[in-house]
Amino acid sequence: MTRIPFLKNPGVRVMNLSEDLLQIENLTTSFKIAGQYYAAVDDVTLTVKKNEILAIVGESGSGKSALAFSIMGLHTKARIEGKVNYKGQDIVQMSPGMLNKVRGKEMSMIFQDPLAALNPLMIIGSQIEEVLLLHDTTLSKKQRKEKVLDLLAKVGIPRPEHTYHQYPYELSGGMRQRVIIAIAIANGPQLLLADEPTTALDVTIQLQILELLRKLKNDMRAGIILITHDLGVVSEMADRVAVMYAGQIVEIADIYTLTSNPQHPYTRSLFNSIPTVKEVKSRLHVIQGIVPSLKNLPRTGCRFAARTPWIDASAHEDNPQLHEIAPGHFVRCTCYKHFHFPESAEEAGTDGIA
Amino acid sequence: MALLEVRDLQVHFPIRGGLFSRQVGEVKAVDRVNLTIEAGQTYGLVGESGSGKTTTGRAIIGLNQITGGNVLFEGIDLASRGARKQNSVRREVQMIFQDPYSSLNPKKRVLDIISEPLRNFEKQSPQEEKRRVQELLEQVGLSPDNIYKYPHEFSGGQRQRIGIARAIALKPKLIIADEPVSALDVSVQAQVLNFLRDIQKELNLTYLFISHDLGIIRHMCDRIGIMYKGRHVEEGVPKDIFDNPQHIYTKRLIAAIPDIDPLQREERSNFRRSVSEDYEHAYRSYFDGDGLAYPLRSISDTHRVAMPEKG
Repeated sequence: MTRIPFLKNPGVRVMNLSEDLLQIENLTTSFKIAGQYYAAVDDVTLTVKKNEILAIVGESGSGKSALAFSIMGLHTKARIEGKVNYKGQDIVQMSPGMLNKVRGKEMSMIFQDPLAALNPLMIIGSQIEEVLLLHDTTLSKKQRKEKVLDLLAKVGIPRPEHTYHQYPYELSGGMRQRVIIAIAIANGPQLLLADEPTTALDVTIQLQILELLRKLKNDMRAGIILITHDLGVVSEMADRVAVMYAGQIVEIADIYTLTSNPQHPYTRSLFNSIPTVKEVKSRLHVIQGIVPSLKNLPRTGCRFAARTPWIDASAHEDNPQLHEIAPGHFVRCTCYKHFHFPESAEEAGTDGIA
Repeated sequence: MALLEVRDLQVHFPIRGGLFSRQVGEVKAVDRVNLTIEAGQTYGLVGESGSGKTTTGRAIIGLNQITGGNVLFEGIDLASRGARKQNSVRREVQMIFQDPYSSLNPKKRVLDIISEPLRNFEKQSPQEEKRRVQELLEQVGLSPDNIYKYPHEFSGGQRQRIGIARAIALKPKLIIADEPVSALDVSVQAQVLNFLRDIQKELNLTYLFISHDLGIIRHMCDRIGIMYKGRHVEEGVPKDIFDNPQHIYTKRLIAAIPDIDPLQREERSNFRRSVSEDYEHAYRSYFDGDGLAYPLRSISDTHRVAMPEKG
């Protein structure tokens, strides 16, 4: 594996090191399929600062959740290489005991499906108390309950005392997601991973949850990794964005640069394929083909090349690297220089179906 | 004459409890909804979960029992007993379901899935049936060789295409699409939306398009109805709804859409704050004593809003 020289790593050089909360270096997470390992997260290098929202965008199968689970040390059967430095400690090398002390306290995660993440047989109150109990045994029972009621109020649940005694099935989707957030922030984490926190919710509830996350960031100066496929949510929330495709980061930039001047063909295609309220497009751009499955992922050359067949093969690098095209703006491969959208006739013929 | 006219549609669900499961109350899931769709048009039904948009769609096709009102399809009242027995009506209204993973029987081959409506309504020989299914697969952009495969062998977008092939097999006039792309990835979503538009032109289809995504609704629809608690709060062409929303609920819904331009953040959040203040202040003047919307009143040729009578 080619290693990117440390100084060229995205993010690391441009910012003040003391502000860095999490440094991911050359992280590769591989899963075993039929006796062989295949990398779902391939050589990812990233930094998260304090008081920053870093968004990770991509289609399903691009490795965003696998990356989040690696950061949290939640994979049980995967092979993980590289470093995940959290405040100078490498999470990858940490013993399970140590990991349990960090997880849920210093860093925590908001899961995608609130119904699956809550225990259906426990009342809401006990589920939040559990996290408190595990990390702080000095609190009395009464103090714990007070803290839970406090947390429920903080995430905007109207009647904390009532909700405390309810079971998950009695709550609506938005309320459940708030409970998940309450559990995640119970111990005042420094790093919060939110894996598609609003995907299952209505727009008005989504807005409330996003505003809650933004408020938490400002109050606690926490670093947040926001994983989503919704570019609208990204534009609303993120400070910086990393676009992932097939396990690799293909573009990384601050949000203003990324929305006004996206470079990588994948990023541009994503922006072109969403219908928005503001502008009415006659036809949406379709990204041809599908995200290749882990086993069939091309391991050499530009991984996005197969989905832009109208671009000449010579436009791609043999071994695509991240290039810094402006301070803090990194793009993988050279194909962005030659990329253009196909003529509509050309596109219609092969509407993305194999 | 409009292709579909829904008049005062009511769907109530009983709440049972107490001794012998007596009916102790009812949920008015759809409460006097009116809508008209012209042939070849797309009508978008928007609302939060629980607003009754799906129930409306299901009642029209007959999956939920209608409590009151009329559903006129080409002048035939589908709510009256016996109307649905006329096969001609049944075959002309079809549905595309939300989740392409659970709406296809995993134990059936593609051939059997798509030919099920054909078997119900058309007496064809197995050869004819097979040929027709292959044609349909080609029409939805899948290879005709796929007929002996099972649903799990396809990706989400391809499965949704199989669902669409099944829906168009009988050459229907009206298709009710209930959140047809919400379970799909952005790129696949674009594919299916483009495709739905193509076959609409090709087969002169009429859509009732149910979604909670306002971006998609704007992209697809000729007319839009916003629902809240089983009632319409506003109805109009996309321009009316998005550029000139009148009802506070519509305003709030539109304000909540994430903006794609990060430079507008400040402006958006100020706008949202003022809308939410309005919402709290003016709530009483937009909704009646039970928190329900008033009947719709026309404010222009195309635009109707649920506002109380003045004075």
